[in-house]
Amino acid sequence: MESTANTLIPQAPAQAAPGERDTVLKQAELDQISRDMLGVIADMGEDTPGAINIRANGCLAARTNSENIRIETKADKPGIDIRVAPHTKGEQVHIPVVLTETGENDMVYNDFYIGEGADVYIVAGCGIHNDGDCASEHDGIHTFYLEPNSHVVYVEKHYGEGDGTGERILNPTTEVHMQEGSSMEMEMDQIKGVSSTVRTTRGELAADCRLTVVEKLMTHGDQTAESDLDFVMDGDGSSVRVVSRSVARDRSRQLFQPVVTGNASCRGHVQCDAIIMDHAQVKSVPAIDARSTEAQLVHEAAIGKIAGDAIVKLETLGLTEEEAEEQILEDFLS
Amino acid sequence: MLQIKDLIYTVKPGQGSYDDHDHEIIRGLDLTVETGRLVVVTGPNGGGKSTTAKLVMGIEQPTGGTITFDGTDVTHMPIDERARLGIGYGFQQPAKFQGMKVGKLIRIASGEKLSGAACNRFLTSVGLCSADYLMRDVDKSLSGGELKRIEIATVLARNPKLAIFDEPEAGIDLWSFERLCETFEELHHKEPDHTIVIISHQERIMALADDIVVIEDGRVVRQGPRDEVYPTLGFGKNVDPSCAFTREKNVDFGAAEAAARAAVAASTRNEE
Repeated sequence: MESTANTLIPQAPAQAAPGERDTVLKQAELDQISRDMLGVIADMGEDTPGAINIRANGCLAARTNSENIRIETKADKPGIDIRVAPHTKGEQVHIPVVLTETGENDMVYNDFYIGEGADVYIVAGCGIHNDGDCASEHDGIHTFYLEPNSHVVYVEKHYGEGDGTGERILNPTTEVHMQEGSSMEMEMDQIKGVSSTVRTTRGELAADCRLTVVEKLMTHGDQTAESDLDFVMDGDGSSVRVVSRSVARDRSRQLFQPVVTGNASCRGHVQCDAIIMDHAQVKSVPAIDARSTEAQLVHEAAIGKIAGDAIVKLETLGLTEEEAEEQILEDFLS
Repeated sequence: MLQIKDLIYTVKPGQGSYDDHDHEIIRGLDLTVETGRLVVVTGPNGGGKSTTAKLVMGIEQPTGGTITFDGTDVTHMPIDERARLGIGYGFQQPAKFQGMKVGKLIRIASGEKLSGAACNRFLTSVGLCSADYLMRDVDKSLSGGELKRIEIATVLARNPKLAIFDEPEAGIDLWSFERLCETFEELHHKEPDHTIVIISHQERIMALADDIVVIEDGRVVRQGPRDEVYPTLGFGKNVDPSCAFTREKNVDFGAAEAAARAAVAASTRNEE
């Protein structure tokens, strides 16, 4: 894995001037493993505009605020509040979490308050490196409150690695409350190496809200993944689009249960595509629930092996069968 | 040079046979294609043209016989090794790829990190004249004709020493078909050491050929320079009554070609 994280940790300014990016509250010593994982999950560069909060083994490792985005530690429970000022444009929020200690069980409650008319890009990655024989687990409960006409692009990247026999467990919960005219694009990637995950994603949409959810995950070995998605459209003119793409290899098992409910004049589309390989199992149970004659809801689900003609085509371009298969899976999940 | 000797391909029950018996699809086929030639392979449906092409590419494995390319016996060589040896193949039915962009497929084909402009040149040569195509997925969002032209573009990008195209005209509109014919012509002149084999029934494509091969009932029944074989195919007066393909043929390709040319001419006038 290429290390890109060395330059990513914000350095504390000697004295933060008002209006400038300020404050590193604490700079824990991040080891190379953590820095490498940040390179995979954090998706941030040296000059990333906005706010950053890095959590390592249950502790705050680094934090940077901007003039328009404030991150504060919760007083009553573990986690942070992220407040984006109204009409903030072009800024980003990065809140990566890394776990490198075996047996760690980390739960956080992160609440995002997106001001009216704001337009921000948020990345919440989590990487677990487990070389031990105890399970390491991170449960992130993220709740979004989108004020009218705000727009959020939310990217969630989950990744596991390590040579230990201990499980790497990630159970994310994402709740979205969308006010009139707001929109959100959620991209949730489980890159690899996560032993078990139960993903819970819920959303409620007011009038003229638009929500797009793209979920991609790969399981291998004996891993299990369950994804429960539940979106309710309460407002006229709202729309939900759910796209799930997954690859199940070896003996892994996956369960998808997306539900889209339409209570108004709205549109919903659920599409689940899965590639199944080896001795894996994939179960997809999409559901649409119309409670208004004006609701237009569609679902599609397809599970199948890699198309043989696609492999052969790539072989005619000089790729070996194994290379062709990997290329097809990479693109399917890209 | 491509040399095929006594090629046999049999399908067995459960492996493609339509009944409980073995069926010999290719029956001792012999064919030699000299380097640098543009050869059009034609013949009746079900005669074994596509099967022969797939056997040359390694997509199907022969029951008997040998296939030699530039002195190397490739009869039992895997597809990717044949590809690296210089054999390319344009499928009659293009594959679809969920999530793969057109530009990426072209780059994989070329084996190089091509610029967008370079990728576009290959697409333009098959009549796809919009840069937007590079970022489109190679999937069902594209029409059959678009997929087919992208398929041909991948072979052009690969630039193999032996390029085999299986009915490249199928599903392509008249304007793109004319552009495609010009591309084959340009390719043939630009790469004199490369060999092009096109499976086709189109008179316009046969007009490009140095040689024409007729495959019928699993064998080569006619092979030679275009000027010798073409008149026997039933498009003109000198029909060879011994060739079933020519007897059955009653399509007026001349009229179809004239219509295509008129349409292209009209389109050009409108653009002007």
